[in-house]
Amino acid sequence: MSKAIVTVVGKDTVGIIAKVCTYLAENQVNVEDISQTIVQDYFNMMMIIDTSRSEKPYAEMVTDLDELGDAIGVRIRCQREDIFTRMHRI
Amino acid sequence: MINIFEVNETNKMIEQEKLDVRTITLGISLLDCCDSDLDTLKQNIYDKITGLAKNLVSTGREIELEYGIPIVNKRISVTPVALAGGRACASPEDFVEVAETLDRAARDTGVNFIGGYSAIVSKGMTPTDEALIRSIPAALAATERVCSSVNVGSTKTGINMDAVKLMGEIVRKTAEATKDTNSLGCAKLVILCNAPDDNPFMAGAFHGVSEADAVINVGVSGPGVIKHALEGVRGENFEVLCETVKRTAFKVTRAGQLVAQEASERLGIPFGIVDLSLAPTPAVGDSVAGILEEMGLESVGAPGTTAALALLNDQVKKGGIMASSFVGGLSGAFIPVSEDQGMIDAVVRGALTIEKLEAMTCVCSVGLDMIAIPGDTPASTIAGIIADEAAIGMINNKTTAVRLIPVIGKDVGDTVEFGGLLGHAPVQAVNRFGCAEFINRGGRIPAPVHSFKN
Repeated sequence: MSKAIVTVVGKDTVGIIAKVCTYLAENQVNVEDISQTIVQDYFNMMMIIDTSRSEKPYAEMVTDLDELGDAIGVRIRCQREDIFTRMHRI
Repeated sequence: MINIFEVNETNKMIEQEKLDVRTITLGISLLDCCDSDLDTLKQNIYDKITGLAKNLVSTGREIELEYGIPIVNKRISVTPVALAGGRACASPEDFVEVAETLDRAARDTGVNFIGGYSAIVSKGMTPTDEALIRSIPAALAATERVCSSVNVGSTKTGINMDAVKLMGEIVRKTAEATKDTNSLGCAKLVILCNAPDDNPFMAGAFHGVSEADAVINVGVSGPGVIKHALEGVRGENFEVLCETVKRTAFKVTRAGQLVAQEASERLGIPFGIVDLSLAPTPAVGDSVAGILEEMGLESVGAPGTTAALALLNDQVKKGGIMASSFVGGLSGAFIPVSEDQGMIDAVVRGALTIEKLEAMTCVCSVGLDMIAIPGDTPASTIAGIIADEAAIGMINNKTTAVRLIPVIGKDVGDTVEFGGLLGHAPVQAVNRFGCAEFINRGGRIPAPVHSFKN
């Protein structure tokens, strides 16, 4: 199992996607899908990522992204895809 | 493919509506720890628990981090100690030593509670059952994390009224033994009828003899999620109301099932059941009372409360059953008073009495739970309340339980703080008319006619 969902929520600012994607690329994580909306100036993005080629331990990636979010001033979560598919698909 | 709205819905449930997995409980059989020497028994128990549970807390944390869903408690349940300790323990004092061993094992594995300091005496008591029961006040005073339960009746066996009478006295003695901490010992002691073997929730969790050597049971929760969903269907009819609860319970339970399977796989221990429960906490927005009030009650306790709770309990089960491969435990809505801010508020405003709570226990998943009563309540009155609850369970084929806290030195109008998940509670009035002559009769109440199905 290697798919995960990255969500980014926060005040819109220049370079959010670039910074997240740079981190993912540096760690050999493939981005399969991106969708985003902006609601009342709030940036809301979801990425479906494939971590199967990454050597980074998953838990470390979660922590790194959380810290990256703190640095940019947004909330970044990285969660295994199962939690969403189990809840929303029969 | 999953879309941004579904992802946001799940994360909103977790972040704003307090969706969590309430507990991963590792059930451990102690039957192979039996020995006639007390020290050997204690060593066997300690080694087995700390061996099997050494990765329980860290695995729970890993799953939390990876899936982004909080797992509030990691706990252990064990074979009723009256059975496992029977050969080695000749006196209540011996049993207290076993309780201390359980406490040490719980502390060293990092779990916050360990359940199973228990006796199953629904038809009769062996001398060791009785010795364990008599040791409960000292055991709960001497330990921090040990939870105790006694099953005094079942639909198949009737009610053991000797045990009921004894438990009235034991609850009082436990209150006395722990009076320095607001009689907190009683918060870790529950008296059950029709106790399930696979309940992951404290204080009534134990690992029944019908279970495998070790098993992972998971208790889900999420009253805040249900309440939020119901906010979207205000004024709609009961069909819409029920359907909304059912759909939401499905989603909540799916998260629990996933966590249960992951924990089972990572620990290499078989998955047992998911307990489909709505377990409140004192946190704002995490209240079962809040759901009932959202359905249209001015306050929980008002006429209509029992009907509202009945439909909630049933729809939670209907939604949850399809979401999980195995369900069990208590499964339904819990109505503890001190652990639910909405219940506390209702008691304070005079809307919710013990008598109404008793009616609610006919349709909820457990019973009279976490209710503070005056410290001078007689043992026979406590036994009478236990008998009433056991009768409701026995006749209705359901689990019922009593977890009353006679707070020594406190009376109606006082408030008691238990701390953490156990919350705080206003001391509630108990009917002052006696039942001692009834309780003192002794013997058993026979099983009801509808138990003879063989």
